[in-house]
Amino acid sequence: MIVSVASGKGGTGKTSVAVNMALSVGNVQLLDCDVEEPNAHLLLHPNMHRTEPVYVLVPLINEELCLHCGECAKFCQYNALFDSPEKILFFPELCHSCGGCTLACPRQAITEKERRIGALKFGSAGDVELVYGELDVGEPMAVPIIKAVKKQIEDNKNVIIDAPVGTSCPVIETVRESDFCVLVTEPTPFGLHDLKITVQVLRKMKVPFAVVVNRAGIGDKKVYTYCKEEKIPILMEIPYQRKIAELYSKGVPFSLEMPEWKEKFQTLFNKIRKLVEE
Amino acid sequence: MKQLTILSGKGGTGKTTITASLAVLARNAVLADCDVDAPDLHMLLHPEVIKTQEFKGSKISVVDKTKCDNCGFCREKCRFDAITEAIEVDPIACEGCGVCAAICPTDAITLAERVSGYAYISKTKYGFMAHALLSPGEANSGKLVTLVRQNARILSEKENSDLIIIDGPPGIGCPVIASVTGVDTGLVVTEPTLSGIHDLNRALRLLKHFNVTPFVCVNMYDINRDNTEKIMRFCKENSIEIAGRIPFNPKVTEAMVNGKAVIEYSPESDVAKEIEVIWKKLRSSLKSGEGFQKP
Repeated sequence: MIVSVASGKGGTGKTSVAVNMALSVGNVQLLDCDVEEPNAHLLLHPNMHRTEPVYVLVPLINEELCLHCGECAKFCQYNALFDSPEKILFFPELCHSCGGCTLACPRQAITEKERRIGALKFGSAGDVELVYGELDVGEPMAVPIIKAVKKQIEDNKNVIIDAPVGTSCPVIETVRESDFCVLVTEPTPFGLHDLKITVQVLRKMKVPFAVVVNRAGIGDKKVYTYCKEEKIPILMEIPYQRKIAELYSKGVPFSLEMPEWKEKFQTLFNKIRKLVEE
Repeated sequence: MKQLTILSGKGGTGKTTITASLAVLARNAVLADCDVDAPDLHMLLHPEVIKTQEFKGSKISVVDKTKCDNCGFCREKCRFDAITEAIEVDPIACEGCGVCAAICPTDAITLAERVSGYAYISKTKYGFMAHALLSPGEANSGKLVTLVRQNARILSEKENSDLIIIDGPPGIGCPVIASVTGVDTGLVVTEPTLSGIHDLNRALRLLKHFNVTPFVCVNMYDINRDNTEKIMRFCKENSIEIAGRIPFNPKVTEAMVNGKAVIEYSPESDVAKEIEVIWKKLRSSLKSGEGFQKP
């Protein structure tokens, strides 16, 4: 079973929920797909075993064959190629690696080469296996790294995915093919507003989901009214407690220091399993 | 005209709360909400929309079933797994590259324009505002950010405003890069947690990469004073100016629930006072254009 943990608004507690759940359930693979700002390892404190670079394919132009006809630049939908009188200029950050330019070139002057945009990191803590991606600073495209992280999914494991923040392409790529998505929110106007957007995205993607309310007790009650009206189950509430916030700030998953929560996270996972099996 | 971007790396550290209060203090700045997939600034500033624009950021493949002979060549060549076995286009996966249209032996595929969201130009009590909303499940948020920033620039020229305040998205990827390229100053809002520090570091490296002068603000600094100390020391060692330290205060959430910037809702609070200090530092640095310490 693949369960992703997501939220439209940042800082609602995705990573906390993902890591605490991973520590409470056996046979777990935890994937951190927030490759722009991966944080799960800061809570999990894993032993890191190895690092693997992530490459994308970009065009390699053979200047000897190139006649500057400009067909490649005309074809590229992302303006990554520009036909100047002296040479074809290539802007690697704009390239989506579709391979179209190699097909468009009438002289077969374009082949492809690999370009590094980030890395995969592998580690483990107890029986939790961790894989996370890390986008190189200055690189814009998170999606190829997210795809690389997801390739590591082991089918026989309980897979928990810490998703990136927001609702656009990185989130969509992360949540695609998940059996279930846990939406972590907080009971504030920002929390509710961004939850509503995320719900629309998940409905469009047809991924089943439910809500976990974090920092319960702050803000107002509108998240609860909304979930009731939309018939979205609330699977768990985590109260706002200074102790939880302080443990998080030190990089300690709170279920380790407050053992009653270990059971609650097991219950959460079992509820999800039941919902998926239905 | 100067541009200031509020960013954070890590989400939920208080970017929008601070942006809204800076907007109140700045008077007559143009505001730009560049968090286009989950924008929140409008909930504090209540913009009145004057103009709506369709955002056509990409294209999408369309299969003409009357011409398609199901050869599957498109499916084989698509690098985004966007063509199903039934030779239908998955709109969520399709990036509009045009490879399928180019290679289809029966010319059954064309590229069509796709409306991926809307950009807005609005008026608020505190100045004009450019913002947008990406449609659910759409890509290309970086391009939409660029459109919002273009709109903000046009507004600032028309209104003779000398400052654009940009509320940035979380992360360090494409929409964040689009929010910081070419700006004068970046205010990184962090919190004294291990994740906050880790993400601050990456956000500062991003600003350095794009040659933007950094300032750091530690929000909720009293949640963990040791970590705040670490951040202060780190900034000092790297010659990065600390714009301020904001204490934890439930008034911030109360202000949000009441749809107000904290500086309007509770002007006498310690949070409001500290944001005033931050604004003064940012303003003098933006005005002089000097005294900036490049990292």
